[in-house]
Formats: sequence, C-alpha cells, structure tokens
Amino acid sequence: MNIVVCVKQTPDTAATITVLDGKVSWGDAPLVINPWDEYAVEQALRTKEAHGGKVVALSLGPEAAREALKHALAMGCDEAILVSDPALEGKDSLVVSKVLASAIQKIGGVDMVFVGRQAVDSDTGVTGPQLARRLGWPALSLVAAVSALDPAGKSITVERMIDEGRQVVRSPLPAVLSAVKELNEPRYPSFMGIRKASKATIPVWSAAEVGLTSVPAAVLAWPEIIAPPKVETKCELIEGATPAEAAAKLADRLVAEKVL
Amino acid sequence: MDFSLSSEHEMVQKMVRDFARSEVAPTIRDWDRKQEMAPETLPRMAALGLLGVCIPVRYGGQGMDYIALGLVCEELEAVDSTLRVVMSVHMGLNSLGLLQWGTEAQKQLYLVPQARGERYAGFALTEPGVGSDVARMASTARRVGEEYVLNGEKMWISLATKAHHVLWFAKSDTDAADPHESITAFILETDRPGVTRGDIHGKLGVRAGSTGWIACQDVRLPAANRLGEEGEGFKIAMACLDNGRYTVAAGAAGLIRASLEASIRYAGERQAFGHTIDRFQLIQQKIALMVRDYEAARLLYLRAGWMKNRGQRNTRETSLAKWYATDASFQAASEAIQVHGAYGYSDEYDVERYLRNARGAMIYEGTSEIHQLMQAGYALGLRQDAALRRELPAFDAEAWQAEA
Repeated sequence: MNIVVCVKQTPDTAATITVLDGKVSWGDAPLVINPWDEYAVEQALRTKEAHGGKVVALSLGPEAAREALKHALAMGCDEAILVSDPALEGKDSLVVSKVLASAIQKIGGVDMVFVGRQAVDSDTGVTGPQLARRLGWPALSLVAAVSALDPAGKSITVERMIDEGRQVVRSPLPAVLSAVKELNEPRYPSFMGIRKASKATIPVWSAAEVGLTSVPAAVLAWPEIIAPPKVETKCELIEGATPAEAAAKLADRLVAEKVL
Repeated sequence: MDFSLSSEHEMVQKMVRDFARSEVAPTIRDWDRKQEMAPETLPRMAALGLLGVCIPVRYGGQGMDYIALGLVCEELEAVDSTLRVVMSVHMGLNSLGLLQWGTEAQKQLYLVPQARGERYAGFALTEPGVGSDVARMASTARRVGEEYVLNGEKMWISLATKAHHVLWFAKSDTDAADPHESITAFILETDRPGVTRGDIHGKLGVRAGSTGWIACQDVRLPAANRLGEEGEGFKIAMACLDNGRYTVAAGAAGLIRASLEASIRYAGERQAFGHTIDRFQLIQQKIALMVRDYEAARLLYLRAGWMKNRGQRNTRETSLAKWYATDASFQAASEAIQVHGAYGYSDEYDVERYLRNARGAMIYEGTSEIHQLMQAGYALGLRQDAALRRELPAFDAEAWQAEA
C-alpha cells in the first residue's frame, strides 16, 4: 500500500486568534501538528503495519511546516515532503487541494490518502473532500472505523460518523479518507523516530515543481474575525410567599424573557 | 553560546508533555489520595522508552543525550513529582551509575534490561539512622570466599517494592581508618533470599510514588555483583548523586513552571474588588518571582547537563542547580497556593500537591544544608573534586546511537 498522509502545522489549540491589519495572527502561540492530523497519521501507519508498503507525509506551508512533518516522521512515517512556495501563501482550501492533488500525482502510485477531518486554525473541513474531487477519487469523510481493507481487490469498507449514527460505506481504492478522533488513539513519537526525524532530509517542492504553471487566486479571504459577544450575566432573585407562588413568578419571568 | 534547544530536544519535550498531561494528569489526584502508585505508571514509562532515554542504544537505551534526560524530568514533574522520582532513581542514581562504573558483563546483565524497561532499578544508600552522614552507615558486607554476605536495613528508598535491582551500599571493612574508604557498592537483585521490603505510607508528599524500606539478612551475593573496587563505594555513591541530583534539579524547574502556569491561569479568572486578581501588584510580584526562579533553575540544570554531555566534572554545578531549584520550587508552590487563596489549600487544585511534593526534594539527594556547605566549600577553597577512576562518559551521538 502506498499511502500519503497530509498534515498541517497549526497553532496550539489553546492559542488566541486575532486579526491585525487584515492578517490573521495567533501571536506567539506554539505551533504543533494539527491535532486531527495525528489521527490520520496513526491510521496511515496502522494500515502500513497491517498491509505493508510505505507512508509519505505531505504538507503545504511555510518553512515552519517542516516541524509538523518531523512529528509525522517521528511517529513512524517513512518519508516527508514539504510543498512550499511564496506564491501559495494565504491561499484558500480550493487552491490548497489543487496543490496537494498535484503533489500526490507527482508522488505517483498512491493507493490511499489520509487527512484529518479539519485543521484547527481555519476549521473549514473541506480540504479532504476537495482533494478527492481534484484527484477524481471517492471522498470518505469523517471516518470513525475501517472495517475491511482489501489491497489486492482495491476496495475498502469504512464507518462514517453521521448525526444518525454510523454509516457503512464501501468504496474502491484509491480514495481519500478524513479521520475523526473515534478512529484510533494516536501514538506518541518514539525516541528512535525523533532521532530519525531530526536527521531526515525533507525535500521542498515549489508550485512549479508539482506541475503548476500558475497558481490560481484564492477565492476566499478572511477580512475579519469577530470574537463571540461577551456574555453579561446578572442575578435576579424571584421571591414569593409560598414556593408555588415563587415558581409561578419564575415561570412568568422565563416566558417574558422568551426562555420558555 | 547557543541557548536554543535542538528540534530533537523539542520533540522529546512535546512527547513527554503530551504523555504526562493526557495519561497522568487526569487521575493523579486520586492516586495521590490513595497513597499508591498507579499500576500503569512504570509499564507506560518503559513502553515509551523513558527508562532508557540517555543510555546508548547498544545497552538497550534510546541514545539521547543528558540534556534530553533533564527535559524529560522537567516535563514529568510539571505534572507530578512521582514520575520524576522514577527517573531519578532508575536512571540518575542507578542506570547511569552502571554506565559509569559497571564492567561490560554487568552492563549486559543489568543495564540492558533496565534501559529497555524490562527491569526497574533503585538506589539503597540511606539508612534508618544515617542520612547525610553516609560514612557512618551500619550495613555490612562480609566477604566469604567468592561471595559477600549482606546485612542491614535501608530506609526512604524510592521504588523499594517495585525495583528488581538496587545499588546497595555497605561497609566491607569496618576497621578502615577512613570510614569513607570502608564502603563498597553492590548490584543487588531484590528477589534474593533474605531480602525483605515494604512501602512507607503517611508521607507529606510524593504520595502517588513508591517509597519504602529494604532489609538484607544474611543475603549471599556473588563477588561478581560488586560494583567498582572494594572500598570505592563512597565515591560511587557520590558520583551517582551527581546524576540523581541533576534529575531532581530539572524536575524542580518543572514544578516551578507548573506553579507559575497554575497561578497565571487562576489569577486571570478570579475576581476581587472589581478586577481579575492578576491586575494587583502583589499578585504580579508572586508571578514575577516564579518567572525569575523558573528561568534561573532551568539555566542552572541545563548548564549541568551541557557539562555532562561534554564529559566535564559537574559536582559543583549540579549541587548548585539542585539546591537552588528545590528551594525555589517549594517557594513557588507556596506562593501559588497564596494566589489561589482557600482553593489552593484544597486538593481541588493541584498547587497544594505541588507544595507537598516540593518539600521532600529539599531533603533527599543532599539536604539544602549539605548543598550550602558544598557551595561554601568550593567558594572558600576548602573543597575540590579529585579525579575519579572512572568518569561519567561524555555524550557521543555516534557512539550512543550505534546499534552494537
């Protein structure tokens, strides 16, 4: 099985987001591998361990994204590739999916692509399905379990998380799968993996090197991030001569406030 | 001069932090209340490779350097001191002692399974009647042919009931003119006939850890289990303490950091007089002191680790780091309780556990008073370190990471 897992370097989930001069900023928050991508890496590694082959970690981002790739290598991925180009800075998921699809085609012979369900910085959750569309492969989103995988027959059966429960889906391979946290428990990087990752040479591909002669303009922009309105709380004591009277007054107030 | 950590070190830091936060933090209060070590603690630390972190790969370890050991200890103690105590005794006091003093056969037999986490290791020096005054120990080792016969009792021994091997110190020559030259070190398997042991309960802190006693009654030990030369035990014990104290110093830096982070979090939420309390200068002063002490403690232990990497003798620097960091960690935890007010006094918040845990480190592995005497001794020219027959090997990435 030739597996690609897409990872993104994101701010730590505890980071506070702000917009300064029209640019999104997470301040000096530590950067980590997108937590959802760890589930994708884990599943990619488990698939390789069960069926053989290799796992390539792929990231699109600035030089700092190298650290997310090192984390994936330290967990056990065999190789890592960074796609980095100033022309790609600030692009939306539609552009990202095009670049990733081109990189995956350049890698060649890929049977499965794993992604996290969404990135914790932009939270769009559409890169995976868009990538599948770009590749012309089935999109198996929100995968909570892989029930069967037949590499020879090139088919896979998964359980998808849906509001009503779990949906069993059978699909041919190659396919793009997005991972949710019910899928597995990501392993910690091992010391041996850390040593290997720190010495690894990670090739950097430009947009041109993945075959894009021109980078499409981003359609979406983030002109502003609006913080949720502050919740003001005030305390009001409802009194009554008897508990029944107090309860009736409370019910009236709740109706008046449109709570009930 | 380069103060930055390598990306390898940063990955180690993150891995250990994630482990401690996700697997230990959620239940540590319950185990602390029960005064028991969580049964999964040691197997998980072993599975992650922590028990062999800075031992060469050819001896079953992970091949990282001494700085990585310090970072591991800082991250572990930022969640609970009991985890760091495991590193102090298993790695600092025992495994690094074997790396420094052991014969090749001893390394293969004892260090390899310890570094792989298949065997746990401890350090048995302190006795019921002897702490700082090591040379007055009562335990004896009598040579009989190709064996030694051990008798005596050791007290306040971390992992006493968990360790498979302990370094055991006993007087092999009760008539020696200099009592320091009367002590010999041994590698003792705790399943030998005549070894009994038990846990101690009712401690102020490190309650989720294992601390106990070990007694030897006519325990027969092959002469091959002797570590170093006869009469070299005091020097071996002190050399082991150079490594144990390093882990304690690094851990104490983690405890200061934990106190600081808890204080910042709480002070940013708690309201008084119409403001969050982090707006008040007396709270800010406590935060500032914790920042100062964390950074100073961290720099002191990292310097000691850097010297270990280079193979430089670091008894003075390690003692200074241990003394400063442990005293400061107790102060930081105490101030963190003050920031938390009455909530800090209950175990609803972690800071009261930090305070109880910090207190012991001012006593074990050299009391704060011993370290002050050492520092004064160095400064006044009354004390200097003589070269050892065998020094702790300098870190050599290639040698450490070679398979054989």
